[in-house]
Amino acid sequence: MATKMPKVPVVIVGMGWVGGIIAAELSKQGTKVVGLERGKPRGTADYYMVHDELRYASRYDLMQDLSKETVTFRNTDKVAAVPMREYGSFLLGEGLGGASVHWNGQTLRFLPYDFEIHSKTVERYGKQKIPEGMTIQDWGITYDTLEPYFDKFEKLAGISGDSETNPLIGKRSAPFPTKPMVKTPILKLFEDATKKLGYHPYMMPSANLSEQYTNPDGITRAACQYCGYCERFGCEYGAKADVIVTALPVAQKSGNFELRSYSNVIQVLNDGKKASGVVYVNTVTGEQFEQPADVVIMASYVFNNIKLLLTSKLGKPYDPATGKGVIGKNYCYQTNGGTASGFFDDKTFNLYAGAGSLGMEIPDFNGDNFDHSNLNFLHGAGIRISQTGQRPIATNSVPKGTPSWGKDFKAKSLKYANSVISVSPQGSSLPWRHHYVDLDPTYKDAYGLPLPRITFDFEEQDRQLIKFVAGKAAEIMKEMNPTTIGSSDQLGPYNIVPYQSTHNTGGVIMGADPSTSAVNSYLQMWDAENVFVVGASAFAHNSGYNPTGTVGALAYRAAEGISKYLKSGGMIV
Amino acid sequence: MADKPSQQSLDPSRRRFLKYTGTAIGGVVVGGVIGSAMSGGFKKNTAVPSTSPTPSGTPQEHLASDYNQAPMFFNQQQLQITEAAAERIFPKDDNGPGAAELGVAFYIDHQLASPWGVNARTYRMGPFVKGEVTQGDYLSIERHELITMGLNSLEETAKSKHSKGFVDITPEEKDAILTSMEKGEISVVNGITGKTFFNQFRTLVMEGVYSDPLYGGNKNMAGWKMRKYPGNQMSYITIIEKDQFVAMEPRSLHDHFVH
Ligand SMILES: Cc1cc2nc3c(=O)[nH]c(=O)nc-3n(C[C@H](O)[C@H](O)[C@H](O)COP(=O)(O)OP(=O)(O)OC[C@H]3O[C@@H](n4cnc5c(N)ncnc54)[C@H](O)[C@@H]3O)c2cc1C
Ligand code: SF4
Repeated sequence: MATKMPKVPVVIVGMGWVGGIIAAELSKQGTKVVGLERGKPRGTADYYMVHDELRYASRYDLMQDLSKETVTFRNTDKVAAVPMREYGSFLLGEGLGGASVHWNGQTLRFLPYDFEIHSKTVERYGKQKIPEGMTIQDWGITYDTLEPYFDKFEKLAGISGDSETNPLIGKRSAPFPTKPMVKTPILKLFEDATKKLGYHPYMMPSANLSEQYTNPDGITRAACQYCGYCERFGCEYGAKADVIVTALPVAQKSGNFELRSYSNVIQVLNDGKKASGVVYVNTVTGEQFEQPADVVIMASYVFNNIKLLLTSKLGKPYDPATGKGVIGKNYCYQTNGGTASGFFDDKTFNLYAGAGSLGMEIPDFNGDNFDHSNLNFLHGAGIRISQTGQRPIATNSVPKGTPSWGKDFKAKSLKYANSVISVSPQGSSLPWRHHYVDLDPTYKDAYGLPLPRITFDFEEQDRQLIKFVAGKAAEIMKEMNPTTIGSSDQLGPYNIVPYQSTHNTGGVIMGADPSTSAVNSYLQMWDAENVFVVGASAFAHNSGYNPTGTVGALAYRAAEGISKYLKSGGMIV
Repeated sequence: MADKPSQQSLDPSRRRFLKYTGTAIGGVVVGGVIGSAMSGGFKKNTAVPSTSPTPSGTPQEHLASDYNQAPMFFNQQQLQITEAAAERIFPKDDNGPGAAELGVAFYIDHQLASPWGVNARTYRMGPFVKGEVTQGDYLSIERHELITMGLNSLEETAKSKHSKGFVDITPEEKDAILTSMEKGEISVVNGITGKTFFNQFRTLVMEGVYSDPLYGGNKNMAGWKMRKYPGNQMSYITIIEKDQFVAMEPRSLHDHFVH
């Protein structure tokens, strides 16, 4: 039997970016909040020894312990899913701060087109442009409505970016809080090349602070040192915005927030219409606790958000056979491919130095910024160069035709260690009726719950997209004048082995219609008004951008909705 | 175990060990850290004169300075095969030392003794079924087993093809066996082909060359030096915008803790 705790107004499941932002917003306003996090507490002091590529990048020290829980995967429902036994395609967060601790900090906003993708596609190309089985839909919110929340998130984190707004991306109500990151020689090469080709390069908006910054809550953080150990590492300077150095201190200072670490939530208690709280396991002692609450907030990343709703029987499970139901629907990813690598025989760059979001990007082939009339795919990709610090275990690029080991490999990998750079498309991922997440019938987690099962593959849409943007990437690289170029415009089936990105989206999507979406534009569940499901799980599709700028904006929007709900109850409109 | 050298010399595996250490035949074992450390150690007890010149100082010096270095997991033969195979993957050349001198075999040994070697943070619940390539390796055995069974396969293949152990065959013969492994032509254990072993082994070698020296490889940061990688520096703020390449003396995590 679970020990019953005193009731609280708000309980949050998961203390990553989303959980931390909502905790800060609500507790600041005087609401009592309990935050449950399955992992351990941690902070800047734990990163003194962080410049260790093996421990953090190769052995995933900061990520979720897969011995307790993972996902299962299959390309189609014709084969049995098997567990992702070791890390590959994406890296799940665990512990205070979640994945915000070890992200890169590339903080881009989705395009206005993204939020109205269905309407805008039909308007410009007609209904027949959307292929059979593709389930793109509008998000139930517009860019303009979401803009103030983007701004809030960017001010919390101190996002660094260009002062001029790029004409091809959403309008800003205010400039970036801090100046752009430095423009290194390789970024300049990219800028010159893309400008010559008539494109619109801009500095990648960055959560690695370009300069010291004090945010609206009065928290001051130091500038990024371009240390080259950013993605997969914590920042020992606090320069990289994570939830521990931004939102959580505000929650803690309010006196209204209680964090419980080592608390793994296993159930959302509900009667099918409303939730009454959650049950969690103390992962140290194995004891179970019930935490009653007026409002339950799911902020436990895409997979656990879906999984707990399904195992707790909350919301209508998605059925791929009929296309009906919503929980697990529209699972999307990120379509990466078509990278062009340039090997320079005559140039060396300081590639060992860099920062997680030191880069430049062109939006010319993202979203609907270009005419798709004669193309057999929708949406596109951000095409970018980045300088994140080429660490030696992971980066050993050699020109095509070089063996992957032995004398020649050694010589070439050393020769180009500081002379190879790449231009990479980051492609959108659009939803299909047969891509979804449900519960695995065979495999369980350490607490006896079924693992979430992913059914996903790349489609012809994705192959055509990559083929197209690979051409653009190669064109840009050619203009940068390397000695040789390596590129491929082919995209194979989705493979869970190589790392691609931790940009999993969908499953509890937002929208204006309860029959096709799970949550409204405040991330409030249509089927249970006191449950808010927040994070990239709400994305109706994934854009050609990293997700967290939009995740942060949605977290602020949800916080506002929750506070309205606490006052008035009912569905927030 | 017999305690007198004269008795030991009758034992063929013992003789092979002598050979591997470089005391019996120089040159076969590329001047790696194992060769010098072991021949030094053995010499003390047996008074066999060392005939193999070691490139980096005398064996005694090595011994005196390297009490932190000894195998945690491998037996001697496994350590020797590991060193020999790793050296083919990342050989010594004009750029600098190869895997052997960099201590990669010790690195691999230590990893197999670590939580990683016993798959501590991987999902281990069954059933273990082999899926599609896109679903990942099925890993029914633990990593330390995959590596030791793979090493065993290298040895067996060398013996059946060349009637000699893997350490004693020519570099070209070693490469041919490693290539067959890479192609999956040699099977290591039921279902786990040589390919899985080879890919894991190759990754381990690269990690041993380039990880912080605290893990046992990248000896004296020589792996980093070859590619002008500065290791662990606190800040690049002063050089990040520079057009010219800036070379610096590398620093390790050790340096981080002793100032
Ligand atoms: C290596 C890496 C690089 C990235 N780089 C970028 C980037 O440059 N730009 C970008 O936009 N995005 C990036 N991301 C993605 C970004 O980190 C996520 O979008 C963001 O952290 C999501 O926030 P979240 O709060 O939804 O989830 P998380 O930050 O993952 O937090 C979820 C929390 O919930 C907890 N939890 C889960 N289940 C339970 C349970 N049952 N009970 C209790 N607690 C639970 C987890 O332990 C975790 O702490 C990157 C991710 C990774 C891994
Ligand atoms: S690159 Fe900058 S933000 Fe990233 S960890 Fe280093 S100092 Fe911190």
